[in-house]
Amino acid sequence: MNNIITANDISLSYNQNETIINKASFTIENGSFTFITGASGSGKSTLLKSLYGALKLDSGTLLIGGTELNKISSKKLNFLRQNIGIVFQDYKLIKEWDVEKNVMLPLIIGGFDKDLSKQQVHKVLNHVKLNHQSNKYPLELSGGEQQRVAMARALAHNPIMILADEPTGNLDDYSAELIWHLLEGANEQLKTTIVVVTHHIPNTLKVRYNHLHIEYGEIYEVN
Amino acid sequence: MKSIKNHFSLIVALFAILFSIEVLIINNRAINAYEVKLASNYSIVVVSNTLITNKQFKSYSPYIATSKELSAEKIISKLQKNISKQNIQLLKLAMPKFYQLKLNHYPTPYQIKTITNALFSNPNITKVQDFSNTYNTTFKLLLLLKTITQIFTLTIFIITILLISKEMRIWQLKHKERMNIMGLFGAPVWLRSAVLFRLAIVDALIASAITAILFYIISQTRFIKTQLSSIGININIFLPIQDGITLVIISTCLSIILASIIVIGYKEEI
Repeated sequence: MNNIITANDISLSYNQNETIINKASFTIENGSFTFITGASGSGKSTLLKSLYGALKLDSGTLLIGGTELNKISSKKLNFLRQNIGIVFQDYKLIKEWDVEKNVMLPLIIGGFDKDLSKQQVHKVLNHVKLNHQSNKYPLELSGGEQQRVAMARALAHNPIMILADEPTGNLDDYSAELIWHLLEGANEQLKTTIVVVTHHIPNTLKVRYNHLHIEYGEIYEVN
Repeated sequence: MKSIKNHFSLIVALFAILFSIEVLIINNRAINAYEVKLASNYSIVVVSNTLITNKQFKSYSPYIATSKELSAEKIISKLQKNISKQNIQLLKLAMPKFYQLKLNHYPTPYQIKTITNALFSNPNITKVQDFSNTYNTTFKLLLLLKTITQIFTLTIFIITILLISKEMRIWQLKHKERMNIMGLFGAPVWLRSAVLFRLAIVDALIASAITAILFYIISQTRFIKTQLSSIGININIFLPIQDGITLVIISTCLSIILASIIVIGYKEEI
């Protein structure tokens, strides 16, 4: 297996003065399922943001699919993001769009055929058990339902990698179980690389996973 | 309902600008029509010892449109009973020539002075009657009207621009979130901004349509028509096609500038 993410001596900070990650190196294999854990404020979410180019490195090199993120052009960064599905802790759904259009977002950006996109959207909405809510707006849904919509959006375009930031953090047991099941399914059936930032690794997972732990600015691989 | 609310604030601001601009256009059009009317009634009387042709008069000033020699026959006919035919012939030859000059537009007091001075450069012209005292009062009144309208338009324009800049900040916040999310999923800048531009253009078209319809209705009311015809203005003060296009261009340009400022000022948030 080749690496989809290769980080060499990367340092990350907020406002250039508060170092969060200090010269850390790690790799993530293509098609793997990886958890990133750590205490609150340890830099898990910061690290994840750097993986989709929302946060620049202070130093070091970060290769995503062979492309160095710090030297990437905005056009290439857009292309890279179009091939990633992201699940945010705060869902980041577009409030003025209904569920169907929100899920369709990556397909709109990718320029897919509208009818095929609609079919795909209803397929993934079916997976997250929200097909009946497709005409509702995000604020009309519960937190768990919103996160399932966000999950459906991340899956809609069959990305090569899904980055999820505490996807089950505030969810009820049913929604949380559904999210883990969908992430497992994407990894097993579609060989999608999954990177999940979380406080707790669920013990119900059947899939084989890797575990990176962040502590005091350093990243350790947990066996 | 939500969609109407989204559009309402910009439409109101654009409507205020378009309304003031259209008031300026209509006012200028009415004043211009009134000036044409005044110009057609206004004339300068010139007394000359020699014959002066129309071409010669035009050479003194480009503002002179036509010249007409005033007949002295009426005055002479009154004298016919007391003076012999021979003397009348002599009188006819000795009498100065009277000319009425029409101008091609309504002149400023300065232009009248220039025309008078130019006419006096001909030594055979002995008298120029420009009726400037009566004329100046009317001209100053028109000038005052024009200035008041311009100040009104400028004031509304400034107030509305301030309103729009405030609205712009709200728009920036409102659209930033969506643009940010779209950016996180790799949408190029044009796609992130497309909704914003579409909204801005739709609002511009709605504001133009409302303004045009309102002014068309106002211009067709009996009250306005009576008021205008009472001062001798018999033109359409609102031209639907010409004014409609002007309004669409102004509002579209304004809203595109507004949307562009938002797009240029957009920075991805992490």
